[in-house]
Amino acid sequence: MTKVFGYPESLTDMPTHYCPGCTHGIIHRLIAEVIDELGIVDKTVGVAPVGCAVLAYNYFTCDMQEAAHGRAPAVATGIKRVIPDGIVFTYQGDGDLASIGCAEIVHAAARGEQITTVFVNNGIYGMTGGQMAPTTLPGDKTSTSPYGRDTVKQGFPIRVSEMLATLDGPAYIARVSVHNVAHIVKAKRAIKKAFEYQVAGKGFTLVEVLSTCPTNWGLTPKESLDKVQREMLPYYPLGEYKDIEAGEKK
Amino acid sequence: MKGGLSMAQVIFNEERCKGCELCTTVCPVKTVIIQDKYNKRGFRPAGVSDMSKCIACAACARICPDVVITVEK
Amino acid sequence: MGQRVLMKGNEAIAEAAIKAGCLFFFGYPITPQNELPEYMSRRMPEVGGTFVQAESEVAAINMVYGAAGAGARVMTSSSSPGISLKQEGISYMAGAELPAVIVNIVRGGPGLGSIQPGQGDYFQSVKGGGHGDYKLVVLAPANLQEAVDLVTEAFDIADQYRNPVLILGDGLLGQMMEPVEFRPLPERVLPPKDWATNGLRNHRGHKNVVNSLVLQAVGLEAHNIHLQAKYARIKEAEQKAELLYCDDAEVVVVAYGSTARIAKTAILALREQGHKVGLLRPISLWPFPENAINTLVSTVNTFLCVEMSAGQMVEDVRLVVNGRRPVQFYGRMGGIVPTPEEIATQILESMGVTNHD
Repeated sequence: MTKVFGYPESLTDMPTHYCPGCTHGIIHRLIAEVIDELGIVDKTVGVAPVGCAVLAYNYFTCDMQEAAHGRAPAVATGIKRVIPDGIVFTYQGDGDLASIGCAEIVHAAARGEQITTVFVNNGIYGMTGGQMAPTTLPGDKTSTSPYGRDTVKQGFPIRVSEMLATLDGPAYIARVSVHNVAHIVKAKRAIKKAFEYQVAGKGFTLVEVLSTCPTNWGLTPKESLDKVQREMLPYYPLGEYKDIEAGEKK
Repeated sequence: MKGGLSMAQVIFNEERCKGCELCTTVCPVKTVIIQDKYNKRGFRPAGVSDMSKCIACAACARICPDVVITVEK
Repeated sequence: MGQRVLMKGNEAIAEAAIKAGCLFFFGYPITPQNELPEYMSRRMPEVGGTFVQAESEVAAINMVYGAAGAGARVMTSSSSPGISLKQEGISYMAGAELPAVIVNIVRGGPGLGSIQPGQGDYFQSVKGGGHGDYKLVVLAPANLQEAVDLVTEAFDIADQYRNPVLILGDGLLGQMMEPVEFRPLPERVLPPKDWATNGLRNHRGHKNVVNSLVLQAVGLEAHNIHLQAKYARIKEAEQKAELLYCDDAEVVVVAYGSTARIAKTAILALREQGHKVGLLRPISLWPFPENAINTLVSTVNTFLCVEMSAGQMVEDVRLVVNGRRPVQFYGRMGGIVPTPEEIATQILESMGVTNHD
């Protein structure tokens, strides 16, 4: 018998606290698989956010630091400057990265910090009970947009990948999704490319992963994946928005 | 591999399963089901109804958020 | 060693940090400390160190957190409003037990305030500033040689106790120029940084986590008890003060930093006139030099606290004196620097004698 699919070594065996069907679990596993495949777990330091993934430091077997809300790119900058041969990644949700941490991610990207950010975009604040996020779609009901996001009073969502791709600092920016197995496979490829670029010293890399929040969306896990495909993909198109190896911006 | 068809096998670590049912929606041969029992955490774990149908595609394993499934063949 | 160099305060502090082995500086411009990051931006490349001008003081303190967590000696500097921005990060560092040196070149406040010197950040420095039960070691130099020595010692204190250390300066100290000598200090026994996330997990055999989140109350209480025990050890070992002419003093002026220096001029003049005045100059504001104050309570008539604020350190003096002697206060706010003459007048008034000169 050969193993076709197994448990990644870079993931601890601690059962996660994430809700049933939450895509955090899939994304954590993809990162762990990539770290395994690149053989870098000993020199990797991950930076956990504030959000549902605040306990991410319990789930990876590499060194981890817990950052203040939004500040993971700054924390990662400090770590990477001290251990330039290490591999440093941040794992952030939409509140952490696109709201309170918006300055930090823009500037880490602009400085071309040699770090990798995995940005989990599920259009809502999960941990705190389902409030509106900078990435909440127009019309979507959340606990702080109970009548549906009104773009007049509550503004428009932010497309992080497109925004960061306008900067010269990033080496690779991609938006992927995990709403079905085919896209999960593509998401892993993008995450692997992002880490490989850091290993090769190419610059700042970010992968935005369209994700779900079944609990706060009030949908089953499967219905949530369908919502990503039906509603999020049109607003947040998938693709590689920046790739210095490809020669030109998308 | 010696003679005949290889035996595909999916192993479910039932205590990790949260019964989210995502695996049941992606199996191409429709052999992944939710079992009629509870694990220690109160979830009804997923499992396989007929292992001989399994083709070891690992779709279930890939969509599982809790790394419940290992696949061998 | 032994060579004295004429330097501006902000720059002397920066050089002292580098000489103490600090090779990472993260900061942001704010008056009156801009010369410090500017000096770092020139000097760090010369010594193979790293300078990053962060996007804000918030980002800077979080870079310090990351770098300290990875095991490096690291510094940031700012002035009052910028130090306010850093408070969350400082609380995180105290909770995660990370060593670093933070420099506050205090200006007038509150709010945007002024760019002149002040001492209105005492409460922020010693009573918290950030949330939660934590303490910073707070050191207040009164001249540039002392600033250089305290910065050098601060890195050792930070490493010894795994705690951030705050150097509380002010705009006068930051801007003035004095000769300084960068000299080694008595060595301390420093524990190895085997807790750091330094990319060497294979050498250690286990992962390290830098964190201040403890969701179970039992665990968080235990962690706080551990922190409090550390602070008790620091209180025992790290109180620092200078006493001048206190042996026969009837009035003891309590002042720190630049104010102490001005008070000293007033005290020397009054001594020449035969008045029995002394100076207690706290150098460690936390731990507060309770021991020094307690030795004076039985012999002095009154304490006069002088600060460039509405009265902050005076509360700690009163707490220690605990009603045993009167504790009076004189202060100037808004960036006004008191003169030796006005302090002398206050000292005489506190004795019940007015100055007719």
